[in-house]
Amino acid sequence: MATEIARHWRLNSQRYRLVGEVCPKCGVKMFPPRDVCTDCLDDSRQPDFEFSGHGEVYSFTTVHNAPEGYQESAPYTVALIKLEEGPLLTAQLTDVENSEVEIGMPVEMVTRKLRTQGEEGVIIYGYKFRPRLPVAH
Amino acid sequence: MRDVSIIGIGQTAVTEHWNRSLRHLAYDAVAAAMRDANIERADALYVGNMLSGEISGQSHLGTLIADFAGLRGIEAVKVEAACASAAAAFRQAYIGVASGLQDIVIAVGVEKMTDDVGTQLSAGLAGAADADYEVIHGITFVALNALIMKRYMHEYNVAREDFAGFAINAHANGAGNPNAMFQKPISREDFARCGIVSDPVGLLDASPMADGAAAVILCPTEQAREFTDNAIRIKASALATDALSVHDRRDPMWLQAAEDSAQRAYKQAGVGPDDIDFFELHDAFTIMAALSLEASGFAQRGRGTWLAIDGEIGPEGRIPISTRGGLKARGHPVGATGLYQIVEAAQQLRGEAGDNQIKNATLGMTQNIGGSGATIVTHIFERVNQ
Ligand SMILES: [Zn+2]
Repeated sequence: MATEIARHWRLNSQRYRLVGEVCPKCGVKMFPPRDVCTDCLDDSRQPDFEFSGHGEVYSFTTVHNAPEGYQESAPYTVALIKLEEGPLLTAQLTDVENSEVEIGMPVEMVTRKLRTQGEEGVIIYGYKFRPRLPVAH
Repeated sequence: MRDVSIIGIGQTAVTEHWNRSLRHLAYDAVAAAMRDANIERADALYVGNMLSGEISGQSHLGTLIADFAGLRGIEAVKVEAACASAAAAFRQAYIGVASGLQDIVIAVGVEKMTDDVGTQLSAGLAGAADADYEVIHGITFVALNALIMKRYMHEYNVAREDFAGFAINAHANGAGNPNAMFQKPISREDFARCGIVSDPVGLLDASPMADGAAAVILCPTEQAREFTDNAIRIKASALATDALSVHDRRDPMWLQAAEDSAQRAYKQAGVGPDDIDFFELHDAFTIMAALSLEASGFAQRGRGTWLAIDGEIGPEGRIPISTRGGLKARGHPVGATGLYQIVEAAQQLRGEAGDNQIKNATLGMTQNIGGSGATIVTHIFERVNQ
């Protein structure tokens, strides 16, 4: 169990703050972070880059037959999100009905419970996306 | 490099084999292929399988199958590449013979899925995707295909009904294959009215999963005549990879690994898509059939469904696909599927495809896809004699 927790702990800065990397050579921004740049294959140590958490829905669907650990939240909507800095990522949508979702809809990152794991009921938190709220002026 | 041929084929029906376990299924297919090739020994055995560890608690499958099949002592190893495991295992067998290191080699794909039909199976299948960045978000294999299909429909202005031809053709062909899981035709109305699993993917867009095993025997072409008058030459063998996750692909609407492996295969064989007489593609979902046709050069980008709409994929069409039912109707025993495709291609080229026989079939192509497009294996086969 301890190693299972470590596996998730290692990913905390990605799950809570969308920390990816920016390539020092070609400038491409990557999420998830990688050891080798996807574009120029540079493998020098890449500085962290915290994504804004803003993006739009690239595609979405509803999961009815949820895998183990996710059943309590089924049915739920999973989506591919196009981040405004470029990369796509996979995440659940939250605070919205599936019927209200559209491709191109602006969304923002929030932190939510992803799943409950094991007999001890360890809760794993991470990013989900919700419709972007109007900004007050 | 030596020229390599298939000299024996064997398969079990794709169904729930409630009284046969992994080792029995694999043995059934291997024994049938060895009888077909008239051989009693081999130099090596490559076992394609995805889920033995997850579903049956069984690793170390190469040795288990070799021992159980009466081949104790030979080189044997399991090859795993998600749903592309069997074609990847076949390719290892091909490399063994082509390199000159091995002469008679067996490739078998086997999967036992019905021992667990619930959450364990769905978790095992999800293992084909990225555990840390896809699966953790509650994604399922169906949902990944639904994400691709929905965006595809949006970008190319395609309706779900436009995919109907893939399922209808597969089921019509499955009716002629005694080993197929589904042997009944379906109608356009059946397709339109079926339940939606993960929008827009409906039950009739998705292939059914079941147990099965399929096997072939390979040897150098120059020795093939000692065993059979029906040898099938391997004209090309290519495996390519792409990003594991859909979100990491340069273009999620394009199967780059299909293009890469198909282009390598065409080059090896010295042919192009126009020369291919039939194509056993990986129609695990209707969207995968469309994307595979596009990336392999049979349709333009965004126009894969047009081939289905125009009837070009039927037995008499320009490029017959899923000629014995495909994944959709024959069934999709994941880690065995690639060898079903190859066995079926060999049947077509030998003229043994019964009601599904494609007339004058000389060149056949198979394409096996692992995950949502991350590993893609393309082979081209040729009839040698007759
Ligand atoms: Zn770079």
